[in-house]
Amino acid sequence: MKRLVLMGNPNVGKSLVFARLTGAGVISSNYPGTTVEFTSGKIRLGGELAEVIDAPGTYSLQPSSDAERVAQGVLEIADLVVNVVDATNMERNLLLTLELLEQGKPLVVALNLWDEARHTGISIDVPALERLLGAPVVPVVALTGEGFRDLMERIRGTGVPAGHPALSDEERWLRVGAIVREVQTVAHRHHTLRDRLSDATIMPATGIPLAAMVLIALGGAVVLAGEALVRFVTDPLFQLYQGPLSTFAAWLGDGLLREILVGEPVGGKVDFARSMGVLTTGIYIPLGIVLPFIITFYLALALLEDSGYLPRLATLTDTLFHRLGLHGHAVVPLFLSLGCNVPGVLSTRLLETRRQRFIAATLCAVSVPCASKTAMIFGVLGPYGPFYPLLVFSTLAVVYVLGGLLLNRLLPGESTEIFLEIPPYRWPSPAVLAQKTWMRVRVFLAEAIPFMMAGVLVVNLLTITGLLYLVALAGGPLVTGWLGLPGDASIVLLTGLFRRDLAIGMLLSLDLTPPQIAIATTTLTMLFPCMATFVVLARELGIRDMLLSVLFMAGLAFLTGGVMKILLVGV
Amino acid sequence: MELPLTRIDPGKGAVITRLEGGHEIQHRLRAMGVKEGKTLRVVTRYPLSGPVVVEIDGRSTTIGRGLAQRILVEARE
Repeated sequence: MKRLVLMGNPNVGKSLVFARLTGAGVISSNYPGTTVEFTSGKIRLGGELAEVIDAPGTYSLQPSSDAERVAQGVLEIADLVVNVVDATNMERNLLLTLELLEQGKPLVVALNLWDEARHTGISIDVPALERLLGAPVVPVVALTGEGFRDLMERIRGTGVPAGHPALSDEERWLRVGAIVREVQTVAHRHHTLRDRLSDATIMPATGIPLAAMVLIALGGAVVLAGEALVRFVTDPLFQLYQGPLSTFAAWLGDGLLREILVGEPVGGKVDFARSMGVLTTGIYIPLGIVLPFIITFYLALALLEDSGYLPRLATLTDTLFHRLGLHGHAVVPLFLSLGCNVPGVLSTRLLETRRQRFIAATLCAVSVPCASKTAMIFGVLGPYGPFYPLLVFSTLAVVYVLGGLLLNRLLPGESTEIFLEIPPYRWPSPAVLAQKTWMRVRVFLAEAIPFMMAGVLVVNLLTITGLLYLVALAGGPLVTGWLGLPGDASIVLLTGLFRRDLAIGMLLSLDLTPPQIAIATTTLTMLFPCMATFVVLARELGIRDMLLSVLFMAGLAFLTGGVMKILLVGV
Repeated sequence: MELPLTRIDPGKGAVITRLEGGHEIQHRLRAMGVKEGKTLRVVTRYPLSGPVVVEIDGRSTTIGRGLAQRILVEARE
């Protein structure tokens, strides 16, 4: 099968061109030998199927990051290249175009954002550009689909561009300058409303209050929409499941198997939130409660990314992240982790160095509560008013910052600085939003849920064999002395490693005071990532660094729990 | 007079005269439009050694303070 590769700078609308070309049925996979993802899909090319690969955005073929190395690797297997060029920013984009032409592969230039260029007073002489590049150039508007019929035709008919000897960097820049001077005319333009909005959101004095407003509004929308999904979609679906489940429970009769699978009936009926069986609470918590919020949350995040707001947020937060050995880009893993830590840890790939990836992944796993943990915190502490949940969340925020300061001191090496292009604000495309959200939700479904289910099994086996009790007994003194909790709480902490849903109910049954619950939940949230995160950490950081990371987490968790105990309960 | 970019006040313009640092850093800067001879405007400069935001060819770019120190410019009115 022929391979068609999309190459282009970041922020040139490449994913949208990709979505236009391939339609539905897109898959995302890891590029062999690396950890960077690329998307691929299928296209019909003159009666035969071809694979389309969306390479990561790159400014040049001389790679300076993992993503750019992948882009280069993808290029090597390409039979045909579609170079997506931003018509509003041609000078920057043409360096890559020249480098691509030197590769001697068939190439078509898709001059995207053609309408935006026109509106901002930029005009480009397309025939002249084709002549100078020696390759077909097609103006397109990926958002509306304008020019795509033409693009497809040129893709079918294109051949190898003629006569492009390898140039040095200096020669390339001279050539870019010469081409731009010849084909582009720019009318003088005034600052538009969009420019003023862009400036206002990036200056600290106005940008920080605006960011607070945007995040609060979006957070509220995520919660409201998530609650609506639970009420009108997942709860009614679980009601339908109630009947067959009761029949199944009756058929099993009393005994260990029913206990494990269905759990205790509450008031003569299956209670999805409280029965604690594998097939009841074990499914209901991740799919019925957590999934709806993950969907709405990731949709909101995609909106932030595709409108162009995220780079501004990265700029606003860079000063803080810089102190933690990270830079503004780390806002992405932080936000993703609030949904589920698995995609969060995966996204640390966008940071340039190992050191930064280690810091970002560790901080996310230890102190960023995912939707499940948030549900647990509210589930246990919500009944005592807003103070205690707020206390737990602010403690976690403080831990994130202090943990980062500490890791930045302890770890050898240097972290790179932020260097980030800020694209103009643009209307996001619903198709791309949906695609992005689905890709991330899929990571949660495919990688997190199986581990949640496996965790249920592990806990049940540990309980039945009595091993759980033995380990808990050994950890008892630490829990009673240092955290000021009853000895039984160590069983809860241990169970919580595998099943946070169970831990909620178990904590409630211990008869703890609210401050004790706050201490227990904070420690439980920090102590250990869930099984799925654990596996992803090992994959991303390697076994040795993962163990280091987990050790750091455990230390920090008990330190935090102890400090909370001293502050809340006394010595 | 040649100054590091970090010395240019917000709202002021400057022309890039020279880039310092290794080959890779220089290449990255140029590939993202930070090139000798380009005119820029400083959009904002974050306090506490935060990043500098500049506008070149109508496009804003965030540059960490240490990196900005390696970009030498001549102030423009």
